[in-house]
Amino acid sequence: MRLPRWFHLLGSPPFIYKLAGKVTPWLGVISCVLLAIGAYWGLVIAPPDRVQGEVYRVLFIHPQIAYVSVMAYVVMAVAAGIGYVWRIKLAHAVAVTAAPIGASFTACALATGSLWGRPTWGTYWQWTDPRIMSETLLLFLFLGYLALRAAFEDRDKADRVSAILAVVGVVDVPIIHYSVIWWNSLHQGPSIMKLDKPSIAPEMLTPFLIMVLAFTVCFLWLLLNGLRAEIVERERDSRWIQQLVEGANG
Amino acid sequence: MELCARELSVWRGERCLFDGLDFELGPQQLGLVVGANGSGKTTLLRVLAGLSAATSGVISWRGSAPDSLPFEQRGEIAYRGHLDGLKRDLTVLENLRFYAAIWGGEMNLDELVADLALSSAAHVRVRYLSAGQQRRASLATLKLCAAKLWILDEPTTNLDADGRSKIVGWVRAHLASGGIAVVATHQPDEFRQRGTVLVEL
Amino acid sequence: MAPFLSIVDRDVRIAARRLSEAANPLLFFVIVTTLFPLALSPSSDEIREVGTGVLWVSTLLSSLLALEGLFRSDADDGSLEQLMLSPVPLGVTVLAKITAHWLITILPLIALVPILALSYSMPITALPTMFYALMLATPTLSVLVALGAALTVSLRRGGAIVGLLVLPLTAPVLIFGTRATDFGLHDQPTAGPLYLLAALAALALALGPIAIAAALRVGME
Repeated sequence: MRLPRWFHLLGSPPFIYKLAGKVTPWLGVISCVLLAIGAYWGLVIAPPDRVQGEVYRVLFIHPQIAYVSVMAYVVMAVAAGIGYVWRIKLAHAVAVTAAPIGASFTACALATGSLWGRPTWGTYWQWTDPRIMSETLLLFLFLGYLALRAAFEDRDKADRVSAILAVVGVVDVPIIHYSVIWWNSLHQGPSIMKLDKPSIAPEMLTPFLIMVLAFTVCFLWLLLNGLRAEIVERERDSRWIQQLVEGANG
Repeated sequence: MELCARELSVWRGERCLFDGLDFELGPQQLGLVVGANGSGKTTLLRVLAGLSAATSGVISWRGSAPDSLPFEQRGEIAYRGHLDGLKRDLTVLENLRFYAAIWGGEMNLDELVADLALSSAAHVRVRYLSAGQQRRASLATLKLCAAKLWILDEPTTNLDADGRSKIVGWVRAHLASGGIAVVATHQPDEFRQRGTVLVEL
Repeated sequence: MAPFLSIVDRDVRIAARRLSEAANPLLFFVIVTTLFPLALSPSSDEIREVGTGVLWVSTLLSSLLALEGLFRSDADDGSLEQLMLSPVPLGVTVLAKITAHWLITILPLIALVPILALSYSMPITALPTMFYALMLATPTLSVLVALGAALTVSLRRGGAIVGLLVLPLTAPVLIFGTRATDFGLHDQPTAGPLYLLAALAALALALGPIAIAAALRVGME
């Protein structure tokens, strides 16, 4: 199968390094701006909720962080899978960068969710809630991936073995989504992903979506920054890196 | 029918084990792999057998890469490495019977065992055998598959003079009947004959 | 078919000669389920509710113990390499080994569960459901633990990490299994969770060996 040229460029570390270098400052600025706008809108401007009062404002942070954590796992699994099947080192680099970022987002999601839970459900933690369980399991999946990588000295082996684990773990991701439909739980049903009208008030919908975009861009920014560091580390013996270093020092 | 290696190079992590290896072996040819300990002989043999992948270069066994052989060709390569491949809790005969079932070999196992002077040990669990007996039992499995390519990693280790000459005889007979063999050894003169290709690492 | 049976036969034969090793997970199972009431000191009503969870978690941990070394001895003595090079597809080999170990350690465990369930004051009427649930769930558990074993086959101290890798993946099985048992306990329809367990088992048995074989190939390089 003849692949187009841009596909080959996508697998070239120097190309991606330079491209990412140009893009990340913009991503950083955009994410900061969006976060500021969304946060102000959601936390200050939007009206209080009929039922939950002011506390509901975590709606502008928690679901977005949780969504990004799941997306991070998918990015990691897809990248690892591509790296495994087509033996592209850069794809493995993406996976390895996405993992700690995803783990952090997952931990934040659990923390913000727990803070939300206390005033609304009366408890910081509800073991029987499927969403909490799945998010916790997602955290363990990230940690398992990182632990498995760390156990191997040969980086190439580590890449490929953990790719298999990541792809198998991706089965957990749909279960998170469908678990809300399958069981009674304290969690709200999906308010955005339903195909009919979303059940969230329009004044709240816009900042909600802005924050979704904001956290997504934030994730991409962190990912590309981390990816550049990972590329430098993996390619440290290659000529183009040596030239970069000399150029920087000279 | 031939085994071909072109521009074969293997890196493990950041260490280059060998680079730019080229050779070709046709029927009745023996490839002797020699080199110091740690020079990559075992790795080369594992790559040829299809257990590991080379970093770059091409290996072809009858036109296919050894690590992606079509199933019909799977019985054609026999690899015997440093490990015996025998289950220590089974007897010699049980191990041989198992491999006969796996490789689809039809052989009189009692004769095979006698040929290698293992008759007295045939019903003994492998864990109670001496190193030489274990090595002989492991090499016995070579006759259970009708393999055309034999890849042997230091096959005469632990063997006494009788055992060594038996194995050398087997390799010679295999080659004479049109087979190909790659043998890694510290004593190349034992195996050397006409048509031997020396691969030095 | 014949190679599959040969491999099952071989593994069962070896296990029969190392009976004490095969019995370890079983003993572990009994001890853990005995320790729980000691630690929880539940009342006689509570103990029934706790029983489902305890038995399922114990099954899970015992499976982990039983199968985390599934490939290690074969990797160590070179027979795994030989099987990988043989005409037998590696997926078939994997399935055969999982079957053998399921027969050796898990099936006896499932046979013990009714006795332990009774000790947890579970009514006899709940036992068939628990039995079906375990029969459907344990293949999936075995496949997942085997995956962990394959991923860590080349690591010297791989056993320690298998739990971390595998236990999160087993959560859906645990959920449906305990749900089914609980429904059975309270005379509610159990078809739903049981069908889901069956679906997971089908998925695991169909796709698991592929992933396990891939992991073994990378590990044995």
